[in-house]
Amino acid sequence: MLNPTMSPIEKVWHYVLRITSGLTLLFLIMPVLVIIPLSFNEGSFLVYPLTGFSFRWYQDLFSAPEWIRSLQNSMIVAPAATVLAMVLGTLASIGLTRGEFRGKGIIMFLLISPMVVPVVIVGVASYLFFAPLGMDNSYTTLILEHAALGVPFVIITVTATLQGYNHNLTRAAANLGASPITTFFRITLPLIAPGVISGALFAFATSFDEVVVTLFLAGPEQATLPRQMFSGIRENLSPTIAAAATLLIGFSILLLLTLEWLRGRSERLRTS
Amino acid sequence: MAETNASDILVRFKNVQKSYDGETLIVKDLNLDIRKGEFLTLLGPSGSGKTTSLMMLAGFETPTAGEIMLGERSLNRVPPHKRDIGMVFQNYALFPHMTVAENLAFPLKVRGMDKTDVTERVKRALSMVQLDKFANRYPGQMSGGQQQRVALARALVFEPQLVLMDEPLGALDKQLREHMQMEIKHLHERLGVTVVYVTHDQSEALTMSDRVAVFHQGEIQQIDSPQGLYEHPRNTFVANFIGENNRLHGKLLSRDGERCTVGLENGERVEAMAVHDAAPGQPVSLSIRPERIKLNVAQEQNRFSGRVREFIYLGDHVRIRMEACGNSSFIVKQPIATLDPKLAVGDVISLGWNVEHVRALDPVELAE
Ligand SMILES: Nc1ncnc2c1ncn2[C@@H]1O[C@H](COP(=O)(O)OP(=O)(O)O)[C@@H](O)[C@H]1O
Ligand SMILES: [Mg+2]
Repeated sequence: MLNPTMSPIEKVWHYVLRITSGLTLLFLIMPVLVIIPLSFNEGSFLVYPLTGFSFRWYQDLFSAPEWIRSLQNSMIVAPAATVLAMVLGTLASIGLTRGEFRGKGIIMFLLISPMVVPVVIVGVASYLFFAPLGMDNSYTTLILEHAALGVPFVIITVTATLQGYNHNLTRAAANLGASPITTFFRITLPLIAPGVISGALFAFATSFDEVVVTLFLAGPEQATLPRQMFSGIRENLSPTIAAAATLLIGFSILLLLTLEWLRGRSERLRTS
Repeated sequence: MAETNASDILVRFKNVQKSYDGETLIVKDLNLDIRKGEFLTLLGPSGSGKTTSLMMLAGFETPTAGEIMLGERSLNRVPPHKRDIGMVFQNYALFPHMTVAENLAFPLKVRGMDKTDVTERVKRALSMVQLDKFANRYPGQMSGGQQQRVALARALVFEPQLVLMDEPLGALDKQLREHMQMEIKHLHERLGVTVVYVTHDQSEALTMSDRVAVFHQGEIQQIDSPQGLYEHPRNTFVANFIGENNRLHGKLLSRDGERCTVGLENGERVEAMAVHDAAPGQPVSLSIRPERIKLNVAQEQNRFSGRVREFIYLGDHVRIRMEACGNSSFIVKQPIATLDPKLAVGDVISLGWNVEHVRALDPVELAE
């Protein structure tokens, strides 16, 4: 805010701050913005300037069997991995915040490690573990591994939310006659929902644009959208990739908005 | 105390001990019978083990040793949600994501009560605490006093035979607190439910309770009616904790049944009730309530002289600080009506008290 008591130097700084903030935002969003117009380009090369408007790459995306399959795969793997990560991560956080016990720090570290360890290593390691068991090239394995990558996010957000949770509410519910299960679903879960939802959002995003582990674990049958884009880039650089990317971006934005709305709603309930 | 029939007992603590760290006992060998329908207060300074005792009764802490009985049933292996004991938590613990009506309906719904009964009971509970218009509010939209009432209604709505309250009025301002004290007391009288109430506020305990158990360092020092505690404290801790008292130090000279003679350090002798079991020559501590002291007395026994040091005017009565019996801040409480208007600072007058009103107690010097 510009106010009348500012000295000229302060005014200059005020604008400098605004301009640098704007440029930073632009820098972050630019790659995303650049790809969208290309997906509507008439020409068959991923370059500017645009040569005309067309939906042909979208047609291509929704008619080529390998793209359709990758879309379907993403819609199987990401939601399944998210649900798994959400359930396991939430349970783990509740266990980890309830009281002190030996080895708590180590367990926390192990659960968080998929986020810290370079993803290539996770990919190689999971391949070396699952391949001898004949479990590579399977949806189950891919979902499990993506869930493992998503769990740390859920743990971090849910644990943070639980810090502000009043544990006397759990006691009050028990005192009023609710079993531990009822208490969890009727009291604890609704109150920590903002954390669970945020964690789930991160877990979904992690799985939805995951390439590296998928490269190691998924066969052609299980190729997800990002995996298909990756091979598309190497094999034939067609603007279909731009269309797929635009679709991903649009979907992510939609997801983000929905979840943010849900989160905001339960946050309001919680603090009203 | 009157003999109590076993069937009048609702809760029984039998040799209950509690330690959190396996070393120090927070509750030491607690034996306590709570009668059906009574209002029992656990009173004691902070850290004396009141909350711990209450939590063991509610089932949130397990006794290290001993047994707690509810009626005929041992509670040791009963989880909290199967105890059917209502509780008002210190900070209310209302569910913030539920409206007032939903909060009250919760204990009824988890018991599988059908919908029309739930609505009916919730309505009755709300009007009991005069919150009929607030059914659809969220707790966050209400004042502290209103939330307190909701918590009270929620603890009573499922008609438990026993309700526990842990410093439920601690967060309210003085006026509201006194109002709620009366409201809780009247609810108790009307519903006939047994209440176990925890507080560190002695005046709250005295106004509300049928009986008060005074806690100190994990032990019950005395359990009695408010009047019994005030008039007949059994030891120095209780005498000091409840109400005001003048303390004099001396040695027991002789004992004659209920009464004894105590020699003060300045050579004066006091006739007192022998409460503490001391042998002649052993130190004792005398306790006298300021309102029991009479001025300008003509009696033979327990007549002393003192010098007036200060007047503290309090409207309905005057507190007079005197130097008497070797104590330089000996407090005398005089109603305005009986105060001699000519009395002035520096005057030397006689003072005295009846033998029944001075008690020879244990000599412990309390570390404050
Ligand atoms: N969960 C706990 N773990 C360890 N120590 C505790 C716990 N709860 C209470 N204490 C200790 O037990 C003592 C008695 O506490 P409490 O029963 O809360 O006393 P009060 O309610 O009379 O103030 C205190 O010294 C307190 O520090
Ligand atoms: Mg307490």
